[in-house]
Amino acid sequence: MNGPQDLGGQMGFGPVAPEQDEPYFHAEWEKRALGVTLCAGAMGAWTIDESRHMRESLHPADYYASSYYEIWIKALERLLVRHEFLTDEELGRGEVLSPAATPKRVLKAENVAAVLAKGGPCDRPVDAAPRFRAGDKVRTKNFHPAGHTRLPRYARGRLGVVEAVRAGFVFPDTNAHGGGEQPQHVYTVVFDAGEIWGEGADATLTVSIDAWESYLEPA
Amino acid sequence: MSHDHDHDNDLDRMAARVRALETILVRKGLVDPRAIDAIVETYETRVGPRNGARVVAKAWTDPAYADWLKRDATGAIASLGYTGRQGEHMQAVFNSRDTHNLVVCTLCSCYPWSVLGLPPVWYKAPPYRSRAVIDPRGVLEEFGLTLPGDRKIRVWDSTAELRYLVVPMRPAGSEGWDEERLAGLVTRDSMIGTGLALEPAP
Repeated sequence: MNGPQDLGGQMGFGPVAPEQDEPYFHAEWEKRALGVTLCAGAMGAWTIDESRHMRESLHPADYYASSYYEIWIKALERLLVRHEFLTDEELGRGEVLSPAATPKRVLKAENVAAVLAKGGPCDRPVDAAPRFRAGDKVRTKNFHPAGHTRLPRYARGRLGVVEAVRAGFVFPDTNAHGGGEQPQHVYTVVFDAGEIWGEGADATLTVSIDAWESYLEPA
Repeated sequence: MSHDHDHDNDLDRMAARVRALETILVRKGLVDPRAIDAIVETYETRVGPRNGARVVAKAWTDPAYADWLKRDATGAIASLGYTGRQGEHMQAVFNSRDTHNLVVCTLCSCYPWSVLGLPPVWYKAPPYRSRAVIDPRGVLEEFGLTLPGDRKIRVWDSTAELRYLVVPMRPAGSEGWDEERLAGLVTRDSMIGTGLALEPAP
């Protein structure tokens, strides 16, 4: 979706302002926000793609006014309600009023190290041979889906070159919406800055994205 | 810095909101509060940029390892014990005199947790995510880094599940150093591309 998350090339946000010796957390609640988000994800009710889509579905004004942990928590509340682990009324009153859906699993402290060390690989076998090879010229599609996609707006309809053919990976555009994993090959595609940004672009700059096969057409 | 009361109120609101959410989930048996403690402890004490620094230092001293890292970063990094969440699919990109690499995630906050730990706030915030792909030189200036005008810049937008680790150039004056000492020169920012490795103190 053309949501607030799609930031590449947007202007007006000011300088980056890196912080010297930045702490891992700026408040105690951020620690709990990290942990509760990971624990809730471990219940197995939604995919990482669905959670990303929920975050980018926040109202743009809310998204831009929120720190990243705030974005996480606001999206997490919506995911928990959607999947019937809690209700809006429970969130509003801060108390338990009804039973929750049954999670696939609950992450226990003794399993945290193993679960984090394993992660969640999302490469998958793909039966078809890759459609493109390294060195192929490709054009990204120009589309504007209402749902989740990982093709940024700045890289749509652009001429690029395939630099690397990656494994098959779960397709976020379907997986975010209950449409299954439908894995596709992923390609690293490189664009000259001039192709993306046109007049005044930095001539020494190239930008790459990792693109699922269906984002690409031969050029 | 001025004291911003609205901001403080926001943070208090978030503290209450997260506490309420955690309390409900714990009471429903969906979340183990000790698991939250264990997650926080992992990323405060065990998984951070020292992991990535050891990878870089080994690549600087061991050409066979550097070659493995170039071909199969996931395997080469796993051989040092760094695996898992947000490091499942790794790619190492090597700076050279020709090309400087910079990593961003314009769409969210994708970051190689297994080697760098949790991302800093600026990496997840709109100024960096919006400008890294269109004005990387301007962004680097804000980190105090001015690259030669003819140095090529390659920006890697982490739009899929590959996670990128920049291998900075080994600084002059570090010849003969062992891996542990070299790792001390490798900053977090140098592995994102917003910095260079530190120069050895004279």
